[in-house]
Amino acid sequence: MSTLILSEHDNQSLKPVTLSLISAAQAIGGEIDLLVAGNNCDAVAEAAAQIGGVRKVILADHAAYAHQLAENVSKLVAELAQGYSHVLAPGTTTGKNILPRVAALLGVNQLSDIISVESADTFKRPIYAGNAIARVKSSDPIKVMTVRGTAFDAADATGGNANIERCTRVHQHTDIEFVGEALASSDRPELTAASTVISGGRGLGNGENFEMLYRLADKLGAAVGASRAAVDAGFVPNDMQVGQTGKMVAPELYIAVGISGAIQHLAGMKDSKVIVAVNKDEEAPIFQIADYSLVGDLFDAVPELEQRV
Amino acid sequence: MKILVAVKRVIDYNVKVRVKADCSDVDLANVKMALNPFCEIAVEEAIRLKESGQAQEIVVVSIGSKACQEQLRTALALGADRAIQVEAPDNLAPLSIARILKQVAQEESADLILLGKQSIDADNNQTGQMLAALMDRPQATFASEVQVEGGSLRVTREIDGGLQTLSMQLPAVVTTDLRLNEPRYASLPNIMKAKRKPLEVKTPEELGAEVTNGVELLGVEAPAERQAGIRVSSVEELVDKLRNEAKVLA
Repeated sequence: MSTLILSEHDNQSLKPVTLSLISAAQAIGGEIDLLVAGNNCDAVAEAAAQIGGVRKVILADHAAYAHQLAENVSKLVAELAQGYSHVLAPGTTTGKNILPRVAALLGVNQLSDIISVESADTFKRPIYAGNAIARVKSSDPIKVMTVRGTAFDAADATGGNANIERCTRVHQHTDIEFVGEALASSDRPELTAASTVISGGRGLGNGENFEMLYRLADKLGAAVGASRAAVDAGFVPNDMQVGQTGKMVAPELYIAVGISGAIQHLAGMKDSKVIVAVNKDEEAPIFQIADYSLVGDLFDAVPELEQRV
Repeated sequence: MKILVAVKRVIDYNVKVRVKADCSDVDLANVKMALNPFCEIAVEEAIRLKESGQAQEIVVVSIGSKACQEQLRTALALGADRAIQVEAPDNLAPLSIARILKQVAQEESADLILLGKQSIDADNNQTGQMLAALMDRPQATFASEVQVEGGSLRVTREIDGGLQTLSMQLPAVVTTDLRLNEPRYASLPNIMKAKRKPLEVKTPEELGAEVTNGVELLGVEAPAERQAGIRVSSVEELVDKLRNEAKVLA
């Protein structure tokens, strides 16, 4: 048995979610190889080679892979997948975009967003926005799966010394072109990797009021997220959305501010270790899952919280 | 431009999902079913492209038992021109669905294939990507803006870090995210008119699509329930609990 992992990176640094995938692969068992597909991404491959338990790193460095275009990367992964029993990618927008194409090219099914490894062919995954957990068994010759990073502990980023093997195969689809991207830049930690997350909802009233959360976040070293309602209302950009169709987070501490707790939001954060909810509506569903509930006006509570921490 | 929209019949998003007593699956007996919300957004986008003169015909397709004709009629009432039901079991895996859709797309010579990014039942988020791969065509998943520029598309996608814009030649596959548009409601006259719009029934065999299943559902369980904790009466008490009880604050 052997697993090929599609690593997540931005051509400069390896994303921590890749370490969670190593843990998932270790639970499956067998050898673990990491694929780094990108452009001018030597530093990523070097970081990948340091991870404990990795047999080898395959580095495919070409402009065709610079923006992780699914059309190009999927063909590379499908070609490399021959001989592996498992192919994993993180359940990020990049992984979700690429991996089903890989599965289709290989003529096998994909399991999405697995949260537990029961054996080499049996896995658990959430369905219906996490309101049920399915136990599924795959009989496909290659098991192609996306993995929910927050469900697995991060493996040790050091302790390894794997060989870096260059792969020169280039796949370039001529009918697709990268035009540009508008990426949020922030000095705060990444939502999915932060140990503390503060999220704001419709109760914040507007985008300016999120400043309050940013100040508190900076004091706590936290990331800031938002409910779908706050994103839909245009308070904050989409990359901050936590929930079924946004980001899945499971920090040590999650502070929900002015969020009622729609089921789609709960699906994205209910695995957090400690949940705090601040809401003026004492009937808000968020209070049913919060460890610490504060009924009150967030415009009083958040500044006071900032002072006291 | 001809648009093919694939839609799915799923549990209504307002219904509380329950696991069957024998844990074999989710209980769908007598629950309200509806058009998957992301598919509704796909239908709406197709209609807007037609209304703006950029598309000439909208064909809507669903794969499943006869019951999914209800959702096809909904799509027709919203503005699709005709419908195809591919008669098949309701729980086909995305790979088989994508194989069937590929045959339909080829038969129809569709220029643009629109799908929801995921269905809210299985939450797979695979079908559009698989379809694009089988057709060896470009894809734009999680679309929040779609612009037609002659024979090409410019699509803005919602990605983890923000937004990404791609340009692609048709034919192409686009899957919709939440903020692409706000779907309309069907008017009563349009609901009546939809009953007379053509709805064709086909089978995977007629289409020459291979239906397989490599994944077996062993069982379904309810997720671990989180218990409600305690009410704190002040921020001071909250900070004290976080520091000394939960130990998540320094």
